Amino acid sequence: MPTLVSHPDEVKVISRRFGMGATDIDKYVELDGYKAVQNAIAEGPEWIINVMKASGMRGRGGAGFPTGLKWSFVPKQSEKPKYVLVNGDESEPGTCKDHVIFLHDPHAVIEGTMIAGLAIGSKLGFIYLRGEYRYLLKIMEKAVADAYAKGFLGKNIFGTGVDFDIITQSGAGAYEVGEESALMESLEGKRGVPRIKPPFPAVVGLYGGPTVINNAETIAAVPHILLMGGEAFAKLGSERNGGTRLFGISGHVERPGVYELPMGYSLRKAIYDVAGGVKGGKKLKAVVPGGSSCPVLTADEIDVGLDFDQMGKAGTMLGSGGIVVLDETVSIVEFALRTISFYQHESCGWCIPCREGTDWIKKTLTRVHAGGGSKKDVDNVQYLAENMLGRTFCPLGDAAAMPTLGFVKKFRKEFEDYIDGKKAGTPIITVDQLVGAH
Amino acid sequence: MSTIANTIFSPEMAARFDKLVTIYPVRRSALVPMLLYAQDDLGYVSDAAVAEIALRIEILELDVRNVLSYYSMLRTKPAGKYNVQVCTNISCMLRGGYEILDHCKHKLGIGHKEVTPDGVFSLEEVECIGACCWAPAMQINYDFHDDLTPEKVDVLFQMYKDGQGKDVK
Repeated sequence: MPTLVSHPDEVKVISRRFGMGATDIDKYVELDGYKAVQNAIAEGPEWIINVMKASGMRGRGGAGFPTGLKWSFVPKQSEKPKYVLVNGDESEPGTCKDHVIFLHDPHAVIEGTMIAGLAIGSKLGFIYLRGEYRYLLKIMEKAVADAYAKGFLGKNIFGTGVDFDIITQSGAGAYEVGEESALMESLEGKRGVPRIKPPFPAVVGLYGGPTVINNAETIAAVPHILLMGGEAFAKLGSERNGGTRLFGISGHVERPGVYELPMGYSLRKAIYDVAGGVKGGKKLKAVVPGGSSCPVLTADEIDVGLDFDQMGKAGTMLGSGGIVVLDETVSIVEFALRTISFYQHESCGWCIPCREGTDWIKKTLTRVHAGGGSKKDVDNVQYLAENMLGRTFCPLGDAAAMPTLGFVKKFRKEFEDYIDGKKAGTPIITVDQLVGAH
Repeated sequence: MSTIANTIFSPEMAARFDKLVTIYPVRRSALVPMLLYAQDDLGYVSDAAVAEIALRIEILELDVRNVLSYYSMLRTKPAGKYNVQVCTNISCMLRGGYEILDHCKHKLGIGHKEVTPDGVFSLEEVECIGACCWAPAMQINYDFHDDLTPEKVDVLFQMYKDGQGKDVK
C-alpha cells in the first residue's frame, strides 16, 4: 500500500481528504463532497467554465492546456452526444499521482466528471484506468455504484431533473493509450493508435461526438476549485499557473512520495526540503523533472520554479509532475539507454520516425553501453532524435526524442568519456538484462 | 443465463460479459476489458476465447486478434498461477529494481516470460506500473508490493506458495 507522506510546505487541496476514509460515500459527503456539483447544477455551464477559467487550472496530464478554455471549445449544439473522458491511464515513468487519487478520493473523480459533463452539456462520462490499476478500478467501481445508489448518478440526479451516467473502463497495458486520441480508440475497442489532428476531440472525439478529455488529477481538482472559487485557487499558484498540483518525487531522495505543492514551488526545495534531500547524503547529479519524457536538468539547474512556464524557460517541461532524482552514482549513458528502451518498447510502430528512431537509438546506446561505441554514435543519436521531433501523429515520438536530446547535449562529455573507456557512475544493468527483456 | 450457448467462461464471467456488451453506446467498447477479464478467467486468451469474444462483440476473430496483439498485459499462452511482474523502469531502477529482478530470476529459476515447472510462478520484467514513489515495486497478479528488498521478496514468495496469496479472480 502506498505510504502517505506529509510536509509542512504542502498546500492540501486535491489531497485534502487523503487518509480520511473518503472512499466511503457518507464520509465524502461529510467532507463537503457532492456540494460542488449541486452548485454547478444551480449555476449552469457558463458559470462553471468561468470559474475554471479564473482558476488558472492547466491540464495535469502534462500538456498544461488551460482547462476552462478546453471546455469552452466544445460546441454548445451538437447532433451527436457529447462525452467526458477521464484519463487515468497513468503510465509516464516517474508518475504515480493518479494512483493515490483513485486510492484515497474516488468520489472527487466522479464529482469532477459530473461537473465537466454539466459544463459541456454531456450526459455520459467515462473513467479510464490503466489495466494494471485493477485494485484502484475496484475502488472506483464501488464508488460509482455507491453514487448511483444515493441518486447522485443516473436519472434525475439530486432531484434536479439532470441525468448523468458514468462508466468505468479498464485498459490492458499500453503507455501510448495515455495519449488522448489513442485512449478514445482504446475505448472504442481498437488498438491504441493515435488519430491525426485536427479535428480535435472537442469537435470530433469519442464515437465521433464532441469530447472533453482531462487527466484524472485535473478532474479531481474541479470540485475543490468550485467550492473555494476560481480566484482563490489561482492565488495559491504562480503567474498563469493556478493552484497546486501533486508532485511525485522518486529516485534517490530520502523521503520519496506524492506531495501537493503550490505551482511555482522551488524544485531545489522540493528535492532538499520536502523530499529530505539526496539519499544517503550523496551529491545530486541530475533531475528528470516531470516524468521520463522531460529533458534532464543538471544539478546546477534546479533553482527553478515548478510551473509550466518556468520549466519551459529552463528548457524542459513540468510534464506529469513526476520528479526523478539521480545521485552522483548514476551513469547517464545507462539512464539514457533505459529511458529509450522504454519508448522503443511502447512505440506502436504506426509512424516510421518513432518506430525506427527509438529502435536505432536503443541499438546505438546498447552498443555504447556495452563498450563498443564510437565517437560518431553520439552524433548519430542526436541526429536520430532531432529527426523524430514533430514528425509523428502522437507525442510518443517527441517523448522519446526530447529526453534523449537532453542527455546527449547536457552530458555529451560523459558519453564521449564512456566511449573512451572512462566510465562515470556505477552501471547497474548488464548487457544480458538489456537484450533479454526489451 | 448466458446468451452464448456452451460458453467457455465461468458462469459468473459469462453473466458479466452478457451485461458488459450492453452498457456502452457501441458494443465494441467492451472489447479491451473483456479480453483482460477473459484472461483473468482462463489464465490466458485462448483461441476458443478469441472465437467466443468475436461472437459476443459481433466482430471478426481477426479484429479481436488485432486488438489482442496490441496490449502488453494480454497473453496467448498460460502464465503461472502467480504472475510476478517486476518493474525496472527509471524510478525502480534507481532504487534496486534490477537487483529485485535478478533475485526473482535466481529464486524462481526462470527468466523473463517463463513459467516454473510446477506452474505456480511466472516472471516478467515490466515497464512502469505507477508505483514510482514506493520503488522498487512489483505486482503479483494485480497486487502491488512496494519498497521491496530481496528478503521481502522471499517472504512474499513463501506466502504465495503457502496459498496466502490472492488469486486473480
